[in-house]
Amino acid sequence: MARNTARPLSPHLTIWRWGPHMLVSILHRATGIGLTVGGLLLLTWFLLALSGGAQGWETFTGFLNWKLGPVPLILLGLVALTWAFFQHTLSGIRHLIMDIGAGFELRTNKTMAYMTMIGSVLLTAVFWAVLLGKGA
Amino acid sequence: MTGPKNFGGHERNAIADGKTPLGRVRGLGSAGHGGEHWIKERVSSAALLLLGTWFLVSLLLLPDLQPSTLVGWLSGPFGFVPMALFVYLCFEHSLEGVKVVIDDYQGDEGGRMTWHLVSLFLHVGAGALALFALARIAFGA
Repeated sequence: MARNTARPLSPHLTIWRWGPHMLVSILHRATGIGLTVGGLLLLTWFLLALSGGAQGWETFTGFLNWKLGPVPLILLGLVALTWAFFQHTLSGIRHLIMDIGAGFELRTNKTMAYMTMIGSVLLTAVFWAVLLGKGA
Repeated sequence: MTGPKNFGGHERNAIADGKTPLGRVRGLGSAGHGGEHWIKERVSSAALLLLGTWFLVSLLLLPDLQPSTLVGWLSGPFGFVPMALFVYLCFEHSLEGVKVVIDDYQGDEGGRMTWHLVSLFLHVGAGALALFALARIAFGA
């Protein structure tokens, strides 16, 4: 598409004052892309590894437990992925609510935006506390 | 009187750009199918709300995460069926989401078409692979 570079672009991220609703909107897209790339790959590999006998499974769990020095980097990535899932789910619910035309009042909208972020962190913490508590 | 036929009271506009009302809107979009993508995205999100919760809660409720336990779980009807639906809908929802992202950032029509194709092939390919693996888990190698 030919664009006249002398003309200004429509205003983008740089000129708006950041608010929770804006952050949540951006997080929704970012976590969606993260879940597509990381989540779908991992889900596919998980199923393939499980279907392919002991050796494939060991390669898979070996990857999950891979450490950079003392830091379990992949496991931390997995925690980030579950956070992305919860964030995307909660902000997705927010979008569904807004799709029916509700929650556009400034205060409500701001509160909902904050709730998705607080909720996603809490749910991630609970999920991993229970999972690691099982000693699996 | 010469001139265009009566186009339902829009004669003046019809004369102005030499087009009938139908000619003006042709190719501009929705003819009943325009909402499909939007609805698909939301319906799959509602299903994934249930299935995603099922998936994570199941992981927490399993006695352990040993391969034999996982295979047993996914071989039963209440493991296999939700998991198959979960996998399918994850890929569909992701495909629909990536469509929006491509449309937003790829202004060039040729580039847009290319990326849509790449995304479609990757999603269908990986999704089919995941479903095959699940079937092999459930029905044996």
